[in-house]
Amino acid sequence: MWRKNRAHFPHPAQKDERLKGFMEMLRRNFFRLFTLMFAGVLFAAPANAVVEIDINKGNVEPLPIAVTDFLQGELAQKISDVVAADLKRSGLFAPIDKGAFIEKIANPDAAPRFEDWKVINAQALVIGRVTQEGDGRLKAEFRLWDTFAGQQMLGQQFYTQPENWRRVAHIIADAIYERITGEKGYFDTRIVYVAESGPKNARKRQLAIMDQDGFNARALTNSNDIVLTPRFSPNRQEITYMSFENQQPRVYLLQLETGQREVVGNFPGMTFAPRFSPDGQRVIMSLQQEGNANIYTMDLRSRTTTRLTNTAAIDTSPSYSPDGSRVVFESDRGGKQQLYVMGADGSGQTRISFGDGSYSTPVWSPRGDLIAFTKQSGGKFSIGVMKPDGSSERILTTGFHNEGPTWAPNGRVLMFFRQNAGAGGPQLYSIDLTGYNEQLIQTQGFASDPAWSPLME
Amino acid sequence: MSRIDTPAASRMQTIARNPVMLALVMTLAVAGCASKKNLPNDAAGLGLGAGAATPGSQQDFTVNVGDRIFFDTDSSSIRADAQATLDRQAQWLAKYPNYAITVEGHADERGTREYNLALGARRAAATRDYLVSRGVPANRMRTISYGKEKPVAVCDDISCWSQNRRAVTVLGGAGS
Repeated sequence: MWRKNRAHFPHPAQKDERLKGFMEMLRRNFFRLFTLMFAGVLFAAPANAVVEIDINKGNVEPLPIAVTDFLQGELAQKISDVVAADLKRSGLFAPIDKGAFIEKIANPDAAPRFEDWKVINAQALVIGRVTQEGDGRLKAEFRLWDTFAGQQMLGQQFYTQPENWRRVAHIIADAIYERITGEKGYFDTRIVYVAESGPKNARKRQLAIMDQDGFNARALTNSNDIVLTPRFSPNRQEITYMSFENQQPRVYLLQLETGQREVVGNFPGMTFAPRFSPDGQRVIMSLQQEGNANIYTMDLRSRTTTRLTNTAAIDTSPSYSPDGSRVVFESDRGGKQQLYVMGADGSGQTRISFGDGSYSTPVWSPRGDLIAFTKQSGGKFSIGVMKPDGSSERILTTGFHNEGPTWAPNGRVLMFFRQNAGAGGPQLYSIDLTGYNEQLIQTQGFASDPAWSPLME
Repeated sequence: MSRIDTPAASRMQTIARNPVMLALVMTLAVAGCASKKNLPNDAAGLGLGAGAATPGSQQDFTVNVGDRIFFDTDSSSIRADAQATLDRQAQWLAKYPNYAITVEGHADERGTREYNLALGARRAAATRDYLVSRGVPANRMRTISYGKEKPVAVCDDISCWSQNRRAVTVLGGAGS
């Protein structure tokens, strides 16, 4: 029925030209973003030299979009509000103040009065309706209109339980983001992190999970044991993390569905810095023995362990490339912490970071094209990215203490934690890959060690 | 050209199939708060005068011997002043051989979390090795690293960071 209505709005050929112009304008906007991203490439010195590009934090003009209140009622409006908030926080869209709207949408199945939207410069328009089915489920429908071309760009409907209303909103926002930018969205995702409370010298830490916008937060653990570095499995069903339970610091698995936990492996020492392999079959982590840490994997099915590094040094923070063929990690084998890449079997260990200072917590982008890291230099802690061969280093943010980047599943946005000088504790921030659009993620208390979930396909 | 999008019904089915990802997931009430003796012993009688400490007691060890040593930035070398403290510890531990010991390694906040766990372990191992060299049996001791997670001094300048880069010898250590 929703779909049938499309037939009521023929699309005369002459409008195609205008749509084309509109899409070109959109592409130009996003092309500008990419131009900035690739500026690091274009002007880079030869491989392994450091180029710190100070990205001018001027305007990448966000696209003016009108997100109307979905019909009908409070929940419908809350859904459209979340859609608008997601789009706004991405930094790529500028939702127009609803007070400026001229047309009041009464029938979401009818074509809007495009002139009314063009005059307020709404280049895209979102209209929707939320109804309750007989079985209690919500039905959420929306259409995305190109106002200047007078064309519908997207029309979709979803069914879900009412308590999932925020999730539906995120899915709608992802659909709009993808339709307009041509890139996958990341709004229907979650963050696991360490929720911190209490004074610095008696801090309580719990694992917690929330939606990427900071809502629906809840604790996953509740004990006085220190818990650190939670990371999602590729299917989002499990978390691997480190806990000091029983005064034995070790890597654990937590099943989100059942709450079941288990120790990963039976190692003769502290295990830490865990991450899943991209196929979810292995956990890669560090094992501490005496003064040295080396990198191991454990196959979760066969329980076999494999040693990948063998140095009298601290080798830690391993992270797989998205195809699983390589691992980036940090090591102080050369003196200071630096980044190294090796084959997934431990072969060919090669240093890739050569800048001033030290480098740590490398994380491979889900796109495979970049590695994010923490850099310590001159008493400051920065978040940056470089190519997997170590070239084209760019610093995204610098300050007293920034640490532990994690990638949104589309590889465009990073989250990390920041501790400012003075009292207080760490908080979570997100930043665009370009260095634009830094945003505080609101959490109830202090928060650290964010890890972004994959996007549910 | 407008794209015709099919309803994303399959996607919503995925959601329906995984209600748990949406449902509240709890928890794991883990028993066992750290017992008092296992906490970093910054509160363990430091304020008491030496005269108040019973010989052979935790207070005696903390106040009269010194339960901790400090490290330079990003280093696990035992400094000369630390050697003197560890020498006293070894003598005291020889006199009171019934104590099991946990050597805790700590780092300051000016490092990343995972590296600092390893750095704390390296400091604990270096401290343990020094005590072994002074005659403390290795089988009396275990080590644990808390990385940067348990600072005792909480300002954010070097005066605090230097106090947090430490190894603490804890009597009756965890797990013993």
